[in-house]
Amino acid sequence: MATSTMIIPGEKRVVKNHTSLKQTIQNSLTMAGRGLIKVRRNPEQLFDVIIQPILFTLMFTYLFGGAIAGNVANYLPIIIPGILAQTIVTASVVTGTQLREDMDKGVFDRFKSLPIARIAPLAGALIADIVRYVIATGLTFCMGYIMGFRPEGGILSILAASLLVIAFAWCLSWIFAFFGVIARSASSVQGFSMIILFPLSFLSNAFVPVNTLPEWLQWFVNVNPISHLITAIRDLVNNGTIGVDFWLSIVGGLVILAIFVPLTVRAYMRKA
Amino acid sequence: MTKPVNAIEVKGLKKYFGDNKAVDDIDLTVPSGVIYGVLGPNGAGKTTTINMLATLMKPDAGSAKVFGHDVVKEANAVRQLIGVTGQYASVDEKLSAIENLVIFGRLLGLSRSESKAKATELLEEFGLTEAAKRPLAKFSGGMRRRLDLAASLIAQPPLIFLDEPTTGLDPRTRNRMWDTIRRLVKNGSTILLTTQYLEEADQLADRIAVIDRGKVVAEGTPNELKKSIGAATLQLHISDAKRITEAAQTIKKVLGVDTQNPEPKLITAPMRDPDTVTDLLVAFKEVGIKLDEVSVQKPSLDEVFFALTGKTNSAKKGKK
Ligand SMILES: Nc1ncnc2c1ncn2[C@@H]1O[C@H](COP(=O)(O)OP(=O)(O)OP(=O)(O)O)[C@@H](O)[C@H]1O
Ligand SMILES: [Mg+2]
Repeated sequence: MATSTMIIPGEKRVVKNHTSLKQTIQNSLTMAGRGLIKVRRNPEQLFDVIIQPILFTLMFTYLFGGAIAGNVANYLPIIIPGILAQTIVTASVVTGTQLREDMDKGVFDRFKSLPIARIAPLAGALIADIVRYVIATGLTFCMGYIMGFRPEGGILSILAASLLVIAFAWCLSWIFAFFGVIARSASSVQGFSMIILFPLSFLSNAFVPVNTLPEWLQWFVNVNPISHLITAIRDLVNNGTIGVDFWLSIVGGLVILAIFVPLTVRAYMRKA
Repeated sequence: MTKPVNAIEVKGLKKYFGDNKAVDDIDLTVPSGVIYGVLGPNGAGKTTTINMLATLMKPDAGSAKVFGHDVVKEANAVRQLIGVTGQYASVDEKLSAIENLVIFGRLLGLSRSESKAKATELLEEFGLTEAAKRPLAKFSGGMRRRLDLAASLIAQPPLIFLDEPTTGLDPRTRNRMWDTIRRLVKNGSTILLTTQYLEEADQLADRIAVIDRGKVVAEGTPNELKKSIGAATLQLHISDAKRITEAAQTIKKVLGVDTQNPEPKLITAPMRDPDTVTDLLVAFKEVGIKLDEVSVQKPSLDEVFFALTGKTNSAKKGKK
């Protein structure tokens, strides 16, 4: 029963007061692995990224298809990129609420007392969430395919568009991670994020052509980074081209990172 | 040879939450290889103290060193020397026992197979093998506590913090926990444990610090503490509750000790020398304070606590 191994006394131990980059990466990957085990344990965590692509593609395509594009087949090249962007933006919000929930749990105190990289739990959460974006992206394209969407750009363009949209979602998730770190409760993160999310995802060119909108709204839709992301995806999958919107999306993502990585990390380190 | 370093050295440690002086100028010295008990009622500042020593919270003032490493400036070094079992479970509810331990092992730098082996060994040692794969939601309080302690031992830390390790455990489980704690010290660890039960501190600890409202009110070996309280307590039931202050003054004058009055008509005083009681009774007779009942009680554990902190310790039962 007893562990007979004697403990090495404290004064004889060699301890170091810094964490190496290698350890930081290892710790972050372990934390990401922990996130994935949790998903396997509670697959309902994936509810949003599974239901939303399926439901929204069906709903919006048959609801608006005839009115906006004449028929469903013509509407698919417009709506699939729109729904893809919307789904993935919604999916990135969960990062914040889950982070908040996690930080409120007792196990977080243990992480804080372990000699690990401080940033690992945050980094791990952000890495693990990439799986969610991959699922959402894959499902949206699959639904499109089932409904008859045959993108002109071919498989490579779909892969490129997927990478773009996943990378963008990852950048965006830093915003919500920031709310997650500073907020008091998971539900306040949720509420806060929705205020940002709804205008961004609906006041875009996702569902309707911009020229049907009143002028003041057109202005917002045109500066909305999500619109640029959607246009970039449409260019890629429908024409196989990389246009100015592609680069604008990437710049947009980088700007978000430049602002929110330092903010989030600083706020997080203060609490961790 | 390196000269022996104290496991913990705390000087003038303070933590205020607004006006609430949770920890107010605490000094502690814990030599290597002992069980050190920190005893105090609810809200005394036990958890706050541990949190600062375990680098979970930054002190507002003062310094704390673990094996000579400063808990603020060398936090990461300190974390390599400690294991922490907090007051509330710090394992992941959504994962199984073995998954929890493996993740902690990986974070501590063990390889996949090493962490598996270590987890299996610890689960076996703590009698949790059967439940290893079950989700924690189905664990009893005692099982959770044991898993929590197991998780703190993965790195075989030389210093272990246990915050109320037996609160809420049944007597048998508590005894097992005590055995485990004694075994850890035999293997060379140093343990700082907090408790609300004087009996526990008495049974386990080599030294005890009694804290109340953020201050150390007494420190010493269990025997020293008991002696300082007095061998027994004199209990006087007074007929007229209005004269209680007068009675207290009389006792102070004759016996030279401070008194408590836990009930309106009851006054208690530590009794060091039974001979002086006759003097006291005579003095009462002189001033005309009538007594309903006089009794002498050996110090119950609660009484020692009460005498030191001015609070009864029975509140503990209400808490989780
Ligand atoms: N994070 C916090 N914010 C504000 N006040 C706090 C915080 N943590 C503790 N306190 C206060 O500090 C005081 C000491 O609390 P602490 O938890 O250290 O007591 P304790 O001795 O561990 O009590 P218990 O036996 O109930 O666990 C209490 O008055 C408590 O309300
Ligand atoms: Mg406590």
